[in-house]
Amino acid sequence: MSALTAGCPSGLAPPETPGPTQDPSAFVTDFKGKHALDIVVRGASCAGCMSKIEGAVGRLPGVDVARLNLSTGRLRVEWGGGLDARRILEAVTSLGYGASALGGGDRQGDGRAAERQLLVAMAVAGIAAGGVMLCSDAIWYGQDMTDETRTLLHWVSALISAPASAFAGLPFFKSAVASIRHRRLNMDVPISLAVILSLGLSLYQVSVGGQQTYFDAPVMLLFLLLIGRFLDARLRRQAYASANALAAMQSGTATRLKPDGAAEAVNAHNIRPGDFLMVAAGERLLVDAEIVEGRSEADLRLVTGEVEPVPAGAGQMLYAGSVNLVAPLKVRASAPADRSLMAEIGRMLEAGEQRKSSYRKIADKAAEIYVPLVHGVAALGFVGWLLLGASLSQAAFVAVTVLIITCPCAMGLAAPLVQVVAAGRLFREGAYLSSGDALERLATVDHVVFDKTGTLTLGEPVLTGDCSREDLQAAAQLARASRHPFSRAIVKAAGPGPLAVNIKELPGKGVVGQVDGRLARLGNADFVGVKGAHRSSIWFAFDGEVPARFDFDDQIRPDARQVISDLRSMGLSVELLSGDGADRVQRAAESAGIETWTANATPQSKAQRLETLQHAGRKVLMIGDGLNDAGALAGAHASLSPGGALDVARLASDCVYSGESLSVIVDILRIARKARDRMRENFAFAMLYNAVTIPVALLGAVTPLIAAAAMAGSSVIVTLNAMRLSRIAPARGARR
Amino acid sequence: MTVLLYMLLAAVMLACAGLAAFVWALRSGQFDDPKGDAARILTDQEEPL
Repeated sequence: MSALTAGCPSGLAPPETPGPTQDPSAFVTDFKGKHALDIVVRGASCAGCMSKIEGAVGRLPGVDVARLNLSTGRLRVEWGGGLDARRILEAVTSLGYGASALGGGDRQGDGRAAERQLLVAMAVAGIAAGGVMLCSDAIWYGQDMTDETRTLLHWVSALISAPASAFAGLPFFKSAVASIRHRRLNMDVPISLAVILSLGLSLYQVSVGGQQTYFDAPVMLLFLLLIGRFLDARLRRQAYASANALAAMQSGTATRLKPDGAAEAVNAHNIRPGDFLMVAAGERLLVDAEIVEGRSEADLRLVTGEVEPVPAGAGQMLYAGSVNLVAPLKVRASAPADRSLMAEIGRMLEAGEQRKSSYRKIADKAAEIYVPLVHGVAALGFVGWLLLGASLSQAAFVAVTVLIITCPCAMGLAAPLVQVVAAGRLFREGAYLSSGDALERLATVDHVVFDKTGTLTLGEPVLTGDCSREDLQAAAQLARASRHPFSRAIVKAAGPGPLAVNIKELPGKGVVGQVDGRLARLGNADFVGVKGAHRSSIWFAFDGEVPARFDFDDQIRPDARQVISDLRSMGLSVELLSGDGADRVQRAAESAGIETWTANATPQSKAQRLETLQHAGRKVLMIGDGLNDAGALAGAHASLSPGGALDVARLASDCVYSGESLSVIVDILRIARKARDRMRENFAFAMLYNAVTIPVALLGAVTPLIAAAAMAGSSVIVTLNAMRLSRIAPARGARR
Repeated sequence: MTVLLYMLLAAVMLACAGLAAFVWALRSGQFDDPKGDAARILTDQEEPL
């Protein structure tokens, strides 16, 4: 039976290797008197997967609903009774799929409601546009129609168009009003004006028995624009959901000690300052906390960028993102006010946000030129025709047709469509864009600043230098019992094998145990008995014998050198900014081919360096993953962070990329630049189109038929130009 | 030409019915999981395999 094979029975996705399952009980919510849990499932891709997963979960005692959404990869489980939520995750992982509980889906719900509203508005506008177009067709081509029939058709058009535009235009009207209130002009102002004026003009024409009506214009304009808006909203929600899923893979729960000493699993959001938490060896700290009890070592790679773990003892502060390595620690969560580093980073984030919101988007720039120009021309036309002796209504008619024919349609679609197509293209590369203007900012960068640990490098030490096979195998027997990154590196180099006996791990020192019946030590120089040795090496020795040395390096990602040279060939300068020690940073910079580097950088000095660069007129792209990068990420002109980054860093950046490869950075920048070109082309086309149609409108030669054809035609051209973006091949495929 | 009046009325009502049907389908989650629904038609059955 298919359930025997691990993972997707169709072989469409590789099975996931089952890892330790997290305790999801903190993510369980109450739903209609039952328990409910949302799970991100990875690797499910066909009908077989669905029936396997739903079947296995559905057979668990008490489960009422187990429904997998194959489009989003979310499994919804509802159950009654005392089933342990962990068993649900285990049921999924034991089938060969990845599973992690999803918490805090509220914000996503909001996005869905807004998207749905846009879709309904689009449907209303679309159906209305179809209806009005039927009437308009009859009017345009029905030459032998009586005036009564024609007027009837006009009124029917009005009946459809007016309420539909009022409803479907709401998103634009709201945005236009908000923008005017802030004394700025955006594209929604001319769009709203065109809708209202064309409706008003047509209603006036019908009421006085005229024949020039534009009832099709507002609904068609709104329909086309809403398609762009809807796609944009959907893509943004998808990107948000994917970034959320990346976060769920590593979001853990904390173990809180109740006053009576019992332990309970809690979600990070529910940890209150003053709570006592137990942090097991190997666990990541979710909040800032002060150590109360225990001695261990902490891995601060994501916090400060240092590869070397630091000793951790009572009274010491640990920041969220640190990993406890050796022994369990009892900690007290600290209040936001007394975390000076976090408060400082919070201030830097705010300052960065403000700087970004002052960025002027291409579309807004275009609107600021376009709106006064077109409205000025319309006013000139009005005055001109009056001076030439036309009646007031004739002159007004010309002025309004200018506003309708200059059709903000192509203008309004020019930027959003390109953003939608580009974001969709990036989505396929595994890069999730946070906003449309992020794309424009990414396109203009001229200097790239890399963080070292975890970004430019793999973030985990790798064994270097030569050591004998016997030493390595013997040391690995001790190393297998330890979570220290250096031990993991030794185990990785040695491969699977036996474990030593009577092992004891001493925080800040090393591991001691019986290897092949003899006492042996693996640890720092003092512990093993070597004097005056290098700090980033560890030593191994059997009792009384000559110690062997192991050296480690934080290895750069395999494609780093290639990516750096690609970035250079795109005309960008590159620098390395790290919180790690000078020798390590220098080595990484040399092997990646970066000439400018800074070591021992603090979060503040990182942000300062960026400010200096930007004051000098550079447009900086910051790429980083740690707590110490967050301020710099927020302050940079544009920023990227890998999927494994800390929450703070991810939230501060414009785009999150997944995967182990750096070459996606080159793709992101190339696509962003291409997108900017497409946007400029679209605006240039829209301007050119206006240059042709404005004179026609000024001469009073525009008929409703010409207006409709021009509007649809220009929108199609702008759309097709934007679609060209989706055909860009990824850099890897193009080069090799 | 009064027949035109009836026809137009019928057309507008049909369009409204179509719109209402679409909004209903949207609200009831018909578009929430197109991929899953396409797969589910192959597997949905009361008896296990």
